[in-house]
Amino acid sequence: MIPAAFEYVRAESAGEAISLIGQHGDEAKFLAGGHSLLPLMKLRLAQPSVLVDIGRVRDLSYIRDAGDHIAIGALTRHMDVETSALLKQHVPLLAHAAGHVGDPQVRHRGTMGGTIAHADPASDLPATTLALGATYVAQGPNGTREIAAADFYQGFLTSALAPDEMLTEVRVPKMQGAGWSFQKFNRRAQDWAIVGVAAWRRNGSAGVALVNMGSTPIMANAVSAALAGGASVADAAQLAADDAEPQSDLNASIEYRTHLAKVLVRRALEEASN
Amino acid sequence: MKIRVTVNGTVHDSDVEPRTLLVHYVRDVLGLTGTNIGCDTSSCGACSLHVNGEAVKSCTMLAVQADGTDITTIEGLAVDGEMHPMQQAFMQNHGLQCGYCTPGMVMAATSLLKENPHPTEQEVRLGLEGNLCRCTGYHNIVKSVLACAAGE
Repeated sequence: MIPAAFEYVRAESAGEAISLIGQHGDEAKFLAGGHSLLPLMKLRLAQPSVLVDIGRVRDLSYIRDAGDHIAIGALTRHMDVETSALLKQHVPLLAHAAGHVGDPQVRHRGTMGGTIAHADPASDLPATTLALGATYVAQGPNGTREIAAADFYQGFLTSALAPDEMLTEVRVPKMQGAGWSFQKFNRRAQDWAIVGVAAWRRNGSAGVALVNMGSTPIMANAVSAALAGGASVADAAQLAADDAEPQSDLNASIEYRTHLAKVLVRRALEEASN
Repeated sequence: MKIRVTVNGTVHDSDVEPRTLLVHYVRDVLGLTGTNIGCDTSSCGACSLHVNGEAVKSCTMLAVQADGTDITTIEGLAVDGEMHPMQQAFMQNHGLQCGYCTPGMVMAATSLLKENPHPTEQEVRLGLEGNLCRCTGYHNIVKSVLACAAGE
């Protein structure tokens, strides 16, 4: 399969990319690693007439200590997130989850910003950064703005980014020694999660987000509230799907996903409590 | 669009359509047909080759994205007619049956050992999760990679 024909332009900086996307309007798309967009284009599920290649905007590939959080440039590849000593130390849940995206070949190309902007509820890192209370930075023609992960995901493959905005940075709070767990259930090693869970616990607080349990990545707020109210892990995990709207597909029915979410949230909380 | 890539040590200047996939470029334009097309959906790994020393799935990368890079395909692994140690390990350990996945497996395995020169069996299995083989059950493929890592 070959994508439909498109015009290809290359940006050397975020500013140039935003200017190019502005010139070409709604029919243009940013191309980073291409591991979400190119498969869609090959299947004609996406047919942009212009691709603005931002893959060479090297100054957006970084992982920096920014005090209370770690700042990750949008063009940082999954492999660099997975192997980052800084992230392993301060945000180990994210480094670990990045190592579960696709397979090594995919992680050599796919980028942090790409997977967030694509906003796929079945992807690992949108839910993981949501669980961690991340903030995303978007740059547009009128400057930059911060968007809380909790406000970012608006629907299936739909985010709060305006068409002429580019995601430039992901800011993830340091975990301060919190216990954590990432659970991913799938049938084949490289597949998307049928259900996944990213969770952390510290003292009385907890954050639990679900992968592939609705049209967006979802916070299982009922679980954290129950834990804060003194519920046991087993009891809190029973509420795993209360905030979710799982879909039925070839892999699993709604009932199966709901059951799986409870099991995986329990496992995640047990692991995060150790 | 004009691109310049170094493939197996040779510089190529080509004019490609932006939608040309890297796998079609190496196979159809350069005639390097050792890189196979399997699923064409970035699942099976048959089209794996190295871009700047790292394995990627060339069915999910545009040739224009590879402009300026250094590419190695399965044809580029042997030196002076002598097979790469990974190729020899696959041969000696019966790491293939039909052979279709083999170029991709070898490219993924050499990339893996570059990042992790002494992997455990589990790390080899995880490292090859992006490559599907429908014949061997993976046992001898994993054995081949471990043998290569051990210098056998």
